[in-house]
Amino acid sequence: MQLKQLANISAALAAASCALLGQQAQAGTVLDDWQFNSAILLYNETDRVSAGEAILTARGDFGDDKFLNLGLVVDALTGASATGAVAQPYVQSFTRPSGRGSYDVAPGVIPLDDTFHDTRVQLDASWEQSLAPNWRVSGGGHLSKEYDYLSMGLNGSLARDFNQKNTTVSLGLGYSHDTISPEGGIAAPFAPMLLRPDFADDNSYQAAFDTTRDRADDTKDTLDVLFGLTQVINRDWLMQFNYSLSMADGYMTDPFKLVSVVNANGEVQQNLYENRPDQRTKHSLYWQNKLHVRGSYLDASYRYMWDDWELTSHTADVKWRLPMGDSWYVEPQFRYYQQSAAEFYQPFMLQAEPLPQYVSADYRIGKMNTYTVGAKFGTKLAQGNELSFRIALYQQTPENDGITAPGVLAEVELYEKVTAVMAQLSYSF
Amino acid sequence: MKLKKILSAGVISVLLSQLSACSSLGVKPWERDVLAKDEMALNSAPLDNRLDDHIYFSKEGSSGGRSFAGGGCGCN
Repeated sequence: MQLKQLANISAALAAASCALLGQQAQAGTVLDDWQFNSAILLYNETDRVSAGEAILTARGDFGDDKFLNLGLVVDALTGASATGAVAQPYVQSFTRPSGRGSYDVAPGVIPLDDTFHDTRVQLDASWEQSLAPNWRVSGGGHLSKEYDYLSMGLNGSLARDFNQKNTTVSLGLGYSHDTISPEGGIAAPFAPMLLRPDFADDNSYQAAFDTTRDRADDTKDTLDVLFGLTQVINRDWLMQFNYSLSMADGYMTDPFKLVSVVNANGEVQQNLYENRPDQRTKHSLYWQNKLHVRGSYLDASYRYMWDDWELTSHTADVKWRLPMGDSWYVEPQFRYYQQSAAEFYQPFMLQAEPLPQYVSADYRIGKMNTYTVGAKFGTKLAQGNELSFRIALYQQTPENDGITAPGVLAEVELYEKVTAVMAQLSYSF
Repeated sequence: MKLKKILSAGVISVLLSQLSACSSLGVKPWERDVLAKDEMALNSAPLDNRLDDHIYFSKEGSSGGRSFAGGGCGCN
């Protein structure tokens, strides 16, 4: 099933990219001032989500340091996503988030909702130009639409070069407005997941289900501010420091995620829809180095992020491009990421304890570390075109943050590793 | 914890101010041969970075740093 879904996505993306690439031949010299980058990515988690993403970007040179950037992204996701509910030593039944239909989860298996699928299209555009000697400015926007989600945003940046262009200071601002309209509406905080067999007929079930829903849709506004400093250290070493601030206000609960309420023996009594705060302020410090070392190119970066959900993270990323002969290169890549849990993360709730103000059992905001190991192989073709292939293994390891699992929960897996393979083909022309 | 954050922010600010004030850093315009190469650009593989940012945004609790953290999808 997974393979078939992946094959369908691959075929659709391949067809789309052929159509896009085909236009180059017809365009001829009219597009000489344009540089195109295209890529197809396939992402496949073992027994969970499969995704395919195709990107085409175009950069037009209008002379006098003026550039227009255009982008088109199409992605499709399908497969099974963890609901947040805990595994049990017996079969569990779940109602789909829309309220229509149900599915069973085998004993000892972490509940996954396997009806998850979506297709997204994103368009973006930006214009950049110099404003005065040593000043550059850019402005742009994006529009992203998927079945139950719409995001619209504007961004701008201003950069100033100093010290014979060895130092650049920049300021970026971004604002986006997102609207989420999940199928079946938005569940009220801590609304119980109802099961159809507990009701006498469809009408009484539907009436009860409707009372668990608050509204059809909700919104989120995000303001991003980014301060950057780029410094040339010497002929072979370039460094960048960024401080970024991201303030989000609005609906940040995942409308599809549940939290299990268990008794003293760890048996699930009820599954409730999660509830997250409607404000989040994130800060990050990012430090990147580009180094030329004996003909090879090293890209090493570190990011420290912290926010008012008490989630902090460290990310180290290294890519080392090694030339092989005249036109080929190989680039080993490694990334390590470690995060602490958000303060309201709980893998389950105890029936005996009062409901907290906020709760989420989504492992993605729990204590976790991940690593990515991969390699990219590329070759320069005639006329400056470039073809590359990248393959990587991504593994997430959620961890227990010191919580004792009562009764039957001690016998089931609560923190399951997720392994994904990513394969990417890129062509620049 | 708060003190630790303020301290680290302070140390980094001092480092940054030292870097920008130090006149021995940098190169003359005619020494930019290596820095001018595509491989030395900070965002030398923009599509790779964009795809990675999208994956990690939807799979981890952090985002941004290199560029805006915004997102723009209801990723699962």
